[in-house]
Parts: sequence; structure tokens; C-alpha cells
Amino acid sequence: MRRYSIFTLARNALTGHRDWPRAWRSPEPRPRYEVVIVGGGGHGLATAYYLAREHGIRDVAVLEKGWLGGGNTGRNTTIIRSNYLHDESAALYDHALRLWAGLSRELNFNVMYSDRGVMMLAHNVHDVQIFKRHIYANRLNGIDNEWLTPEEAGAYCPPLSIDRGARYPMLGAALQRRGGVARHDAVAWGYARAADALGVDIIQNCEVTAIRRRGDRVVGLETTRGAIAADRVGIVVAGHSSVLAEMAGFRLPIESYPLQALVSEPVKPVFPCVVMSNTVHAYISQSDKGDLVIGAGTDQYVSYSQRGGIQVIEHTLEAILELFPIFSRMRLMRQWGGIVDVTPDRSPIIGKTPVRGLYINCGWGTGGFKATPGSGHLFAWTIARDEPHPINAPFDLDRFVTGRLIDEAAAAAVAH
Amino acid sequence: MLRIPCPFCGPRAEIEFRCGGEAHIRRPPDPEALSDAEWADYLFMRRNPKGIHFERWFHAHGCQRWFNLARHTVSDRILAVYPMGEGPPAELSAAPEAGADG
Repeated sequence: MRRYSIFTLARNALTGHRDWPRAWRSPEPRPRYEVVIVGGGGHGLATAYYLAREHGIRDVAVLEKGWLGGGNTGRNTTIIRSNYLHDESAALYDHALRLWAGLSRELNFNVMYSDRGVMMLAHNVHDVQIFKRHIYANRLNGIDNEWLTPEEAGAYCPPLSIDRGARYPMLGAALQRRGGVARHDAVAWGYARAADALGVDIIQNCEVTAIRRRGDRVVGLETTRGAIAADRVGIVVAGHSSVLAEMAGFRLPIESYPLQALVSEPVKPVFPCVVMSNTVHAYISQSDKGDLVIGAGTDQYVSYSQRGGIQVIEHTLEAILELFPIFSRMRLMRQWGGIVDVTPDRSPIIGKTPVRGLYINCGWGTGGFKATPGSGHLFAWTIARDEPHPINAPFDLDRFVTGRLIDEAAAAAVAH
Repeated sequence: MLRIPCPFCGPRAEIEFRCGGEAHIRRPPDPEALSDAEWADYLFMRRNPKGIHFERWFHAHGCQRWFNLARHTVSDRILAVYPMGEGPPAELSAAPEAGADG
């Protein structure tokens, strides 16, 4: 891997940027790998990277049915935070947040992580009570989160209306200053480039059509580019997790819904942080390119359509204008949907499956992007050692049988 | 937004309805006799198919009645509507690829 630096940038500028090498190879799939990761989004690519980097397992392939980061990695609103209520979740998401902080340097790829602060608005007494409970719980877990008055929140985010006469007046806000955003494509590309440099084969346009078992053990995959044998297989396919689980012969406690997002025309910097409001149902930030990035809700029915209903967007934009009247004449440029895999307790599943040698990382629902580095790091550990890391041990599939759920539904009322 | 053919009111916009999730999940007659795994299967596990989904809908802002509906989860095309208490149409149960286009 040729390192990116100010010197290589200057040298390539002199030749008109025509001589940059490809960031990763595009090899033909080999007939056999030690580990195959199904799903070339951020989580899958991160898993492959940490397998090679931390566990010395380099005989690895990542299979992606479309293009890298073309699923939910490229369709989310890139919000990063770790202010979750329960101890297990706080440990899980803060593990990721700590990795975000050094990720650009580690990958030698600017993932544009910006800790500009995530502010969650309270609009009624219940919101105030639950956010303060979150703040106290977070502090006990060593995670920064603080309470702001409406005036302090307005000063932190000037476009925010703090009008007491609003339909849903804002009573205060919880602010996690370490929270923020990152550039979604760069996360996928950075992990892909770093994993490729360590010997991982990244194979795009390769859809898995069947999972081959011998007894209770996985032995390989059938794909649109031929059969591939593997000792171990990790499934990281978000909305399509149930489809892959059915191929392997077990069921998941997951339903898949379209979740929409949209962006405005690009404007000059106007919005300094991330604002989320569960009660009026909106979340918004501004990308470095200048467009407002707005998250909407899910449809009410199971679907793989990657579209979503217009009424969901209308509902979100009404809420955005309630909070930010200055955006009333902003034009929206694009809208899209991603298929999110939602579990009953709104917490992910990272661990072993009923099939030996087959591991699954799914159920991140509406909020997986923030966890990308931590998710890959822990999933790689789980695959390499055939046992979960202490942080992801509570997030096993078995919790739906034991009843030891990790209920973060309050964290995921809108975004998550 | 879906246009949903309510069997009692005719075609109406989706915002009038509430989706009640996967249909034909029968509450076990004797829950005490189930193992934890069987109870988890009833409570939490779902088909979530990429294909034909049989689901319940409630016409909340209309006749206030429930009915079953068969829909393809890729095209979102509605393939059949049938009363509560009835099983799905045999031709759809047998042909999971029907309705995949468009």
C-alpha cells in the first residue's frame, strides 16, 4: 500500500493526479479461504481488517453483492455517539467511539470524523426525566453527557428555535460533545484499502446464493461467481440477515424495514453540530460538502424495497421546520431508503449461531454506522477465537431464549 | 405510500391504516408446556422474507376492522386480501416468486 501523505499529494499534483494507484485490488475469488465475510459494508470490511491486523488471519475474503459501502453504509446519516442507557450498550458503543478517535491515522485514510457534538432535545417532562437518567447513567459509565438549558442549547446550535410559544417548545437538551459525524464512504474505502494491503481479497458483484453445511458445521458458500469453501463464515449483511440465516437453516428475531434519509442543496456552513429530537421526530446535521443531512423514519411494514413512503418524509420535514424555521425555503436534492434490520430490543446481535463456524453480526437497526469500528473489532475477535469478546458477549442470539434482553428502544425511538 | 384495498371500504391511502405485522402466528394453546426456545420462537422469531409476506392490517381511520394481506416485500405489490382467521391463498403459498416484478 502506498501511503497517503502531503508529499504524495504534492507529487501527484505535479502529474495532474493521473498516477494514483488503485486503492485496492479486484481479484478473482479463490476456491478456498480460511474466513469469508459476507457483506462489504463498513462493518464487514472492518471485520476483515481487524482479522488481518489484530489476529493475523489474512486468508480472508469479503464478498459484496453490489459495490462497497452501497448498502446502509452509504445510506445513513453518519451520526456517531455512545450515550446509551444500559451498561452493556454503553460499553459497546463507547468501544466504537474510542476507535473512531484514532481511525484516520490508523487507516492512513481521512474518514473525516468530526466530534462536533450530538444534542438530543427534550420537549416534555418525560423527555427531561429520561434524558437526565441517561446523563447520570452515562457518567457512571465514564461517558460524557451533559444537560443544557434551552438558552445554552440555542447558543450551541444557533439555527435552533427556542421559542417558548412553539408547538413543542424545547425544555432542554442532552449534549454528548464527543459525538459527531464521519464520512460514510471514506469509512468503507479506508477499511477496504487497509484490509487489502494486509492480503484480504475484496470481491464485489458477488452475491451469496446458498450456504453449504456438513452436519452442523459450515463448509462454504455458493455464489454468483462460483463455489467458495471456507472454514469460518461471518455474516454482516444488515437488512438481508434473515435471508442469509434462512439459507443456513436458522431463524432470527429480526424484521427489515425501509429507513429514509434526504439531503438539501449545499449551502455555506450554518449548522455546527448534530441535533436529534425523538419527540418531534427529526434529526439533522450539515455535511462538509454543505448539504443538510436529514434522517426520516421507517415504514410500518416489512420491506426490502429501499424506497419508503412519502408521508414519512413529510412528517420529518414538518418537524425540522418546527425546530428550524430558517430552513423553510431550503430545497431538497435527493431522498433514498436503506433496509434496516430491527431486533425486538433494538440492540444488535454479535456472536455465534446454531451452525458451527458460522458467525453473525446483525440487528443494528436504525443506528449501526456509529458502531462500525467497534463492531468490526469485536466481530473479528469472535471469529478468530470462536468465542465472544467480553463486550459483545451479552449481545448473543441466546438472549432471546434466556429473556436477558438489552432494551434500548428508548434510544432508538427515531434514530439511534 | 401504499394504496391498500380494504375489503370493507375499498382502496384507501396507507396513512389510514396500521400494520399489525406478520400474520398467522398462533399463540401456543398451552404456554406452560413450551421450552424456553419454543417460547422465544413464538415471541421473537419472524419470517421476514424477501418475497411474499402475509401480514395483518387494521383500517384505523376507516371501518376499524382487521384483515389479512399478502404483499411482495421487494416490489411492495399487494397480491391478495383475505379475512382474518383464514389461511393464505394456496396459489401464493406455493409460488413464492409471484409478484416480484415492478
